[in-house]
Amino acid sequence: MIKSNSGIRKTDVINRRMFIIGAAKVVVFVGIIARLFSLQINENKKYLTLSDKNRIREWKLPPTRGNIVDYFGNVIAGNLKVYQLHIIPEQVENFNYLLVRLKNLLNLSDKRIVRINKLKAELKPWDSIIVSENLSWSQFVKINNYLYDLVGVKPVMTISRNYPFNDVYTHVLGYVSQPNEQEILENETIQERFVPGMKIGKLGLEKRLENHLIGTNAIQRYEVNAYGKRINQLEHQKGKQGSKIRLTVDTEIQKACGELLNEKAGSISVMDIYTGDIIAMYSSPSYNPNLFLFGISQDEWQLIRNNPLKPLINKTLSGLYSPGSTIKPIVALSALENKVIDTKFKVKCTGKMELYGQTFHCWKEKGHGWVSLKNAMKQSCDTYFYEVARLLGVDRLNITAEKFGLGKKVLGDYFDNEKKGLFPNTKWKKNNLGKGWVLGETLITGIGQGYIQTTPLQLCMMTAQIANGGFAVKPKIIVDSNPISYEDAKQSMESGLLFDSESEELLDKKLFKNQKNIKIVQEAMFASTNERFGTSYKSRIEDPKYQFAGKTGTAQVKRISKRERELDLELEQIPYKDRDHALYVAYGPYVNPRYALSIIVEHGGSGSKAAAPIAKKLFKLIIDRHDLRNKQSNFERITV
Amino acid sequence: MFQHDRLSNEITLFQKIKNLDYILLISVILLSVLSVFVMYSTDGGEILFHTKNHFVKLAVFFPLMIFVAFFNIKFWHNFSYIIYFIVILLLIYVSFFGIKSSGSQRWMDLYLFVLQPSELMKIAIIMCLAKYFHRIKIENVNSFTSITIVLSIIIIPIIFVISQPDLGTSILIALSGLIILWLGGMKIKYFIYSFITFLISLPFIISFLKPYQKLRILTFLDPDRDPLGAGYQIIQSKIAIGSGGLNGKGFLKGTQSYLDFLPEKHTDFIFTLFSEEFGFIGSVGLLILYSIIIFRIIRIGAISRSNFARLFCFGYAFAIFIYIVVNLSMVLGLLPIVGSPLPIMSYGGSSMLATMIGFGIVLSAKINHKQMIA
Repeated sequence: MIKSNSGIRKTDVINRRMFIIGAAKVVVFVGIIARLFSLQINENKKYLTLSDKNRIREWKLPPTRGNIVDYFGNVIAGNLKVYQLHIIPEQVENFNYLLVRLKNLLNLSDKRIVRINKLKAELKPWDSIIVSENLSWSQFVKINNYLYDLVGVKPVMTISRNYPFNDVYTHVLGYVSQPNEQEILENETIQERFVPGMKIGKLGLEKRLENHLIGTNAIQRYEVNAYGKRINQLEHQKGKQGSKIRLTVDTEIQKACGELLNEKAGSISVMDIYTGDIIAMYSSPSYNPNLFLFGISQDEWQLIRNNPLKPLINKTLSGLYSPGSTIKPIVALSALENKVIDTKFKVKCTGKMELYGQTFHCWKEKGHGWVSLKNAMKQSCDTYFYEVARLLGVDRLNITAEKFGLGKKVLGDYFDNEKKGLFPNTKWKKNNLGKGWVLGETLITGIGQGYIQTTPLQLCMMTAQIANGGFAVKPKIIVDSNPISYEDAKQSMESGLLFDSESEELLDKKLFKNQKNIKIVQEAMFASTNERFGTSYKSRIEDPKYQFAGKTGTAQVKRISKRERELDLELEQIPYKDRDHALYVAYGPYVNPRYALSIIVEHGGSGSKAAAPIAKKLFKLIIDRHDLRNKQSNFERITV
Repeated sequence: MFQHDRLSNEITLFQKIKNLDYILLISVILLSVLSVFVMYSTDGGEILFHTKNHFVKLAVFFPLMIFVAFFNIKFWHNFSYIIYFIVILLLIYVSFFGIKSSGSQRWMDLYLFVLQPSELMKIAIIMCLAKYFHRIKIENVNSFTSITIVLSIIIIPIIFVISQPDLGTSILIALSGLIILWLGGMKIKYFIYSFITFLISLPFIISFLKPYQKLRILTFLDPDRDPLGAGYQIIQSKIAIGSGGLNGKGFLKGTQSYLDFLPEKHTDFIFTLFSEEFGFIGSVGLLILYSIIIFRIIRIGAISRSNFARLFCFGYAFAIFIYIVVNLSMVLGLLPIVGSPLPIMSYGGSSMLATMIGFGIVLSAKINHKQMIA
């Protein structure tokens, strides 16, 4: 019985102790449930957010750039659907076989194959590799036909920049291409919206207006797994296309400029003399910006880079030329304004002028005889202007020239490659060259040679400001939000005031002391083109609708030696590099003028032979399109 | 007495089936079915490797449980020491010839499946100690010899398991053993003294831990110190459970597990997936199901005539409880991460085999609850 008692006692101990454990178990389970409750009920929101953060990832897609249109709404920088070929490595069964197949189908270069293999090593297996950025339609069809055999290949349709007029607007618009690291770092907007494959403006307005044109990224939300692989698409948020930008330019005229300067180096600028709208701005030769979109080939790049006519330089804004005789209207005006001369003032031209033992030649060796202002301008008599300049002095000339926009940037900060040129004065020389001004330098400045340097656009603006009666214009290439119509601009100008749309104030924009002087200069320019013996008489148009006034210029690129002067070589006999630049500035129609232009043909010889005839052809077109332009200006304005 | 024994031994097959504990059986079946569905979810809603294997294991081990149940509880009593020694031998074998995987050597290849003897030790130690305390007189329980023997029974397997290394399983074995000492009547002051000694020597023990184990403890104390490294598992587990909410995200809709954010989702973190998909309600439901199983086992122990059966049932009920508590505390961020599976739910053959054998012995105790063991 002792044993049995002991057994019962043992059972009691076990049961009692089990009860204690049982109670402890209940407490622990309640504790666990409390923990579950706190996680799942109390903090549910916090953990749901964390879970979504885990699984949802956003992908930015390249934004669509805004269109750039000309004055009439024609797209000059747009977007085009392009066909691309992507490979998703993880879906490919045999990568090398696939590459061989693609190489044959698309004629891929060995370099490209190496590059693809490199990309494959760098990227994650589910990231797509862009094999070809721009497939032709026939290539695209070919790929689609063989798709069953090309596992892991994805033909993709995407949007790319496109310049429908090819080289017509290159120097105005610039082009887009892949940004480099520095460009991404410099611009916060690009930094924020950057995605691989995105293109940014590299030059011209594409670069200047980047933040307007860029557009916003489309965003795709994907559910991803723990390794970042996309599992499925949740939603797609459309991006906003960049702003549409409307320019003041006229594609027809711009195109004509290109044709007129075909195979020549030079520049043409056309400006509305009242509104300051730039109607055309062409630098020749140009190049096709579409070449840069998908990476320019080395051969094509070398061809552009090594072209002796320098297509990469925007000659309209960055080209610095001696204005030659095209400066004479300003010299005459300055002399008139400063009352150094009047219309009756005459100088006897003997073909040369002696000053302190130095000889200054007139272009006409035999001389022009006694010439007045009008005749001097008409025949571009250098001796007359030597004398006028001598009497005027360079400092007074400088004041007038700067008033008319020489030595200053025309378009401000719109183009970072614009140069401001130089109009010298005595102070400038002292400060910069450390030497005193010499009177001889005044003489050659009077005929637009020497230190003076101008851009074609400056000459165009200078002419416009003479043409509109001597009022300041504010040149612009972008139609602003509140554009002033041609009539309003003209009217406010003729009242002597100009409405400044930026400060919204009426400003006194008179550039003259006596408007009669402007009239005198205008008449002299008219004579130069429309009267017998005028330097551009051969290029005149008699129909008053198109009749224009102008001034030729021939800028020496090197000093003419005595021997050369005696030889009097024909243009073809002079080496290209040594030939004179041909210039012409003009405005028209002479009655009620509307447009001014400047033409420069580099190494084209004399202005009257090489430049003025271009103006004749161009003016007809410009004036014919005036009514269209006027009508357009009444249309709804597209804002920047 | 002998006569009575004989009578008990002659229970017919029909009676055996009749005497099975159906509440326990149904609960285990429910748990098994649930585990297959959850496994199906870990495979991403497809019948893949884990689902298939888990199902096959259940299909083999469930009948094995019934088979074990049909042996008289006396048989298990008689073989307890032998089973314990066989498992010790297996542990020794594993420590020399075992398969190495991810830095530890715990497994032996049985061609059909890979066995982890330390899992079997969880049952064997309960059997061994239950038999010891069944046989010893209550007066002798606290004798020096007795204490030396029982401590040796616990410490010998733990030495082998810790050296594998496998901290989680060794803790579970130790706790399973200690509970029998407690139930068997060892003086409470010994437990209190040992606990105090443990606390005092804790810094010393920690200094002996392997670097990865120390890291786990540090991570437990502050999971955010390395959210993508050591703290990753626990952070992701808490996110999964917390985002489950009241009703859960729905079957097969647990984004955390489906998108592979959950580590070890088949094994130690199976509850996380379950809780993410079935929410608070599902989790409490699962705990209730486990509680039914535990209390059913305790009841079977309570009605058993023999102290061996009683001790085994109580000890096994506690073991199941402690497995669940350790596993859930781990995934809920209440304890450092120690590898410990959730019974039946987790993928893993050895753990399931041990659990099913345990259930089998409990059912055997039920069938033969009137059986006296001398």
